[in-house]
Amino acid sequence: MLLNIKNLHVEIAGKQILKGLNLGINKGEVHAIMGPNGTGKSTLAAAITGRDGYEITEGEIWYKDINILDKSPDERANMGIFLSFQYPVEIPGVSMTNFMRTALNAKREFNGLPPIAAGEFLKLMEEKKKLVEIHSKLTNRSVNEGFSGGEKKRNEIFQMAMLEPAMAILDETDSGLDIDALRVVANGVNQLRTTENAFLVITHYQRLLDYIVPDFVHVLFDGRIIKTGGKNLALELEAKGYEWIKEQHLV
Amino acid sequence: MDETSNNDNIIEQVTTSEYKYGFFTDIETDFAPVGLNEDIIRFISAKKEEPEWMLEFRLKAFRHWQTLEEPNWAHLNYPKINYQDIIYYAAPKKKKQLASLDEVDPELLDTFNKLGISLEEQKMLSGVAVDAVIDSVSVKTTFQDTLAKHGIIFCSFSEAVRNHPDLVRKYMGMVVPYTDNFFAALNSAVFSDGSFCYIPEGVRCPLELSTYFRINAANTGQFERTLIVADKGSYVSYLEGCTAPQRDENQLHAAIVEIIAMDHAEVKYSTVQNWYPGDKEGQGGVYNFVTKRGLCKGVSSKISWTQVETGSAITWKYPSCILQGDNSIGEFYSVAVTNNFQQADTGTKMVHIGKNTRSTIVSKGISAGRSNNSYRGLVRILPRATNARNFSQCDSLLLGDKCGAHTFPYIEAKNETSIIEHEATTSKISEDQLFYCRQRGIDTEKAIGLIVNGYAKEVLNKLPMEFAVEAQKLLAITLEGSVG
Amino acid sequence: MNNSPSIPLEQLLVDQFRAGENKLMAHDSDKVKAIRKEHFQRFLDNGFPSSEMEKWRFTDLEEILDQPFIHELTPEKPPQNIHDIFRCEVHNFQSEIISVFNGWYLSEKTGLQTNSEGVVYGSLSDAKKVMPELFDRFFGQAAHGNDNSFVNINTAMAQDGVFIYVPKGVQAKRTLQIIKMVNHEDPVFVQSRQLVILEENSSLSLIHCDDSINHKPCLINTVTEIYVASNAHLELYKLQNLNNSSALINSTFIRQQEDSAVKTNALTFNCGLIRNNIEVALNGKGAHADVLGLYLMDKQQHIDNQIRVLHNAAHCTSNELFKGILDDEATAVFNGYIYVKKDAQKTEAFQNNKNILLKPTATINSMPFLEIYADDVKCSHGATVGQLDQEAMFYLRQRGISQANARLLLMYAFAADVINAISIEGLRNRIDDMVKKRLRGELSVCETCVLHCGTPEKEYFFDIDLSKL
Repeated sequence: MLLNIKNLHVEIAGKQILKGLNLGINKGEVHAIMGPNGTGKSTLAAAITGRDGYEITEGEIWYKDINILDKSPDERANMGIFLSFQYPVEIPGVSMTNFMRTALNAKREFNGLPPIAAGEFLKLMEEKKKLVEIHSKLTNRSVNEGFSGGEKKRNEIFQMAMLEPAMAILDETDSGLDIDALRVVANGVNQLRTTENAFLVITHYQRLLDYIVPDFVHVLFDGRIIKTGGKNLALELEAKGYEWIKEQHLV
Repeated sequence: MDETSNNDNIIEQVTTSEYKYGFFTDIETDFAPVGLNEDIIRFISAKKEEPEWMLEFRLKAFRHWQTLEEPNWAHLNYPKINYQDIIYYAAPKKKKQLASLDEVDPELLDTFNKLGISLEEQKMLSGVAVDAVIDSVSVKTTFQDTLAKHGIIFCSFSEAVRNHPDLVRKYMGMVVPYTDNFFAALNSAVFSDGSFCYIPEGVRCPLELSTYFRINAANTGQFERTLIVADKGSYVSYLEGCTAPQRDENQLHAAIVEIIAMDHAEVKYSTVQNWYPGDKEGQGGVYNFVTKRGLCKGVSSKISWTQVETGSAITWKYPSCILQGDNSIGEFYSVAVTNNFQQADTGTKMVHIGKNTRSTIVSKGISAGRSNNSYRGLVRILPRATNARNFSQCDSLLLGDKCGAHTFPYIEAKNETSIIEHEATTSKISEDQLFYCRQRGIDTEKAIGLIVNGYAKEVLNKLPMEFAVEAQKLLAITLEGSVG
Repeated sequence: MNNSPSIPLEQLLVDQFRAGENKLMAHDSDKVKAIRKEHFQRFLDNGFPSSEMEKWRFTDLEEILDQPFIHELTPEKPPQNIHDIFRCEVHNFQSEIISVFNGWYLSEKTGLQTNSEGVVYGSLSDAKKVMPELFDRFFGQAAHGNDNSFVNINTAMAQDGVFIYVPKGVQAKRTLQIIKMVNHEDPVFVQSRQLVILEENSSLSLIHCDDSINHKPCLINTVTEIYVASNAHLELYKLQNLNNSSALINSTFIRQQEDSAVKTNALTFNCGLIRNNIEVALNGKGAHADVLGLYLMDKQQHIDNQIRVLHNAAHCTSNELFKGILDDEATAVFNGYIYVKKDAQKTEAFQNNKNILLKPTATINSMPFLEIYADDVKCSHGATVGQLDQEAMFYLRQRGISQANARLLLMYAFAADVINAISIEGLRNRIDDMVKKRLRGELSVCETCVLHCGTPEKEYFFDIDLSKL
């Protein structure tokens, strides 16, 4: 199993958000996590990537048969866990190129590889940019600075393409995207799918799942996964709403 | 009353006007001789029938004051004050009793009408004998009954010295020691009277302690002293001042306000200051040197200052918060308007000592005429104040090209986890805004009033409702004639 | 001149002036003599500033002034290998070097020289003789020395320094670089004086480097007066890289006429104590000034930037930006002051001071002041103190960048807008390297020399060299 989350309990500032979450993901799979707002979807992403302020009070997260809870965010990233942020932060003064090269070389160093040569790096950038139809000029700017909502999300997928993670988490990647941008982003993701990597798609709406077709759909409610099904579960949720599943759960 | 303003020597007015009008001819023993020495202090203390410890406090303060020099760092310019040429005890000061409103300065009456002050109140404020109906004593009694039910002590400072000596001795000078500054030392030596307020643990004061004040505050004298203690978990909203202009002829005011908030207590202190600013030529007017400071002593305590300053010839005033308790909060919201030859140097100090302390400063300065308006504020983060936060916004608006607007922020950070942000802008009323209003039929003066009120809204909203309305009118009146 | 080291510096200077007054002012006109005497009197009255004075509240010189300084009134003989030593960290790019050694102008030639572009320069003492009218007209006019008796004693006693004259219409393409070195076995008090005059429609870019060669203590008191006539353009870069025992008091006065433009950038990399007094007076309609600065301090270093921008005429614009990163027990003071004179309408003046504290022991005192007497103005100021953005930090780390590198990246990014404002490309690249080195702690660690002359240049692509970490 690529990612195995066991009985995960997470608190933020003393408030319990995840209350015993279990999730297993194998290579080659796409999992979708759905659920109403405030049920802990983004908390799950933060816990997997090791964000400060998210306290794991119980449970384990295993990745490639290693318990990663004591790993720093950058170690987890270099091991192949990538998060496409819901709200990518703007970092004025740090150029995209410098940033990407630093990140890529950190990963190469982690894997015992020498730094990438400048020419090769630029070639790689050009190649990956095409994937998400990103303009060259965007990469000349500072990280996310002045990017539109759609540009920011494309930039996230572009970075994913550059870093080639084994486990990619897409946190509400569809929010704030018009239909064209959504298609571009989803298209990028689909091209990156292989039998060696896996995706965890966190979304509120079913819409994105028309484009990135999941193998499994999980419903997160009140800090736990309360229902798991195939891609049709998403359609059912879209039609009947979350109330339906909540009622089922409470019964 | 207006003749006094023709006098060039402002200080002289204080000393001579009383004789000229013969306010006190009938009770000779009720004022001290001109000047300041230990005998005068003893005289004041004896007059007030104070206990020995109070006299000792005054004498210590006086001796310290003698070693100090008047501060000159403020952006203020006024003739040197001769402290030996002032009467330090002439209280309780009574206004000249007038027979009817006909005797009152018509300009003052005009202002009253604009403020929408009732006829009865107009009489009272201008010193016309008032009917028994709104006699302050009866009003006072009603309030005192309500407060007593909650165990709240709210009385004059002299009464507190007599009736609650333990509380006064414990808290007086805790926040503003007599050694604090020149004017604080002076006040500590000669303070006339003031207010004392104690809110017991867990009590939420059911009244704005303002209505009471509005009726009675006028006569507290020139060296006021206020002490507010909010015990654990209590809350009080306190309003000082009066929206109606007081023809107060006391030239020099040096007040002290001390606030102490214990664990989880909250004190909201609002001031509307509209003392005599002097005439259009810059003659006369009150000198206001005030030391106001609150101590957030307990955890999660909160002190909030809101001030609308439109009066006084000279304003020197920095209501401050010492954020000692962890998670405590300090706020300062200020609108200061200066017109004609007024000078204001006002702002705040936020001293962060405890962890997770927060402070907010919003200052709106409006200068018109030939006035000078300065914001001066200090934000100090001490090494222990982990995660302290401050946000300051200090805006200045200039009306006319002969006035000055100045901003002097001081930021001292000694903790790397603190975040401090200071923003300030200086601008004038935009021609576009003015034209827009005028095109809709609003005359220039009203339009300015409208725009200025909008500009100051953030602060005015912090005032208790009733006073916010009057403060708005006051802003417009203060700026009358500022744009030709 | 015989100096007894036990005499306090203040007394030493007073004695020296009194004993050598005639000799000191031998070549001065009556006008200049009067100016010098007046400034001496003011120094006599006030002495060196103390921290009891408002403007010196956060900069205490007591310990520095306690050192047994010597002060030479005649030029010293420079060491044999002087031209090997004479390299500022910023070299290897097209610039014409003017060397000043322990405050004395260093050149084989005497008299003023005119370079191929028509810029006249030379030692201040030669300028006095060769261009007396010009010297008399400008010397001591801008450097008022109110609140600052260092300016007074410099005006009274400074013997040498650099004179630069850009005649009408001369648009100099080549950058002039003043490299000032201090090298003395004993604690030395160094005074130097610069007079820079730009005539109408001229332009000049000037780099002013203060460097130390050894680790011995020194106190440098330098005063620069710059006159920028109408429609003239000046860029002035100050590079301050001195050892931790050095103290530098730098006072720069710039006077601008109509439609002139000045850009100054004070880049402080290292020094025990630095006080920069920079005053820009916009005296003619339509003048513009960019006043920028960057300070990167650590250990127990102290920087005090006192920046005054005076809008004395209408339609002028100014933009002031100072950024600082403070590590260890470093302290910084920023006191910005924008003054808008009555009737200086249509003024646009902006001021910003941003600071990052890296350690609990670092301190910043920021005082961004505005004093405004005209109503049709756009003025704003801002000041921030904070730490590195934690959101950005996590974002970088999620992309696999280590905490140390993420920190470096963000610090470098913080400094970037001051560096990017350097319009000379070669200089910008050099400064960029220096900032990176400084942030990695490599600029002040060299044991024998602060200049790393022996350290081969590292290859930088466009990122921070990660292999070092």
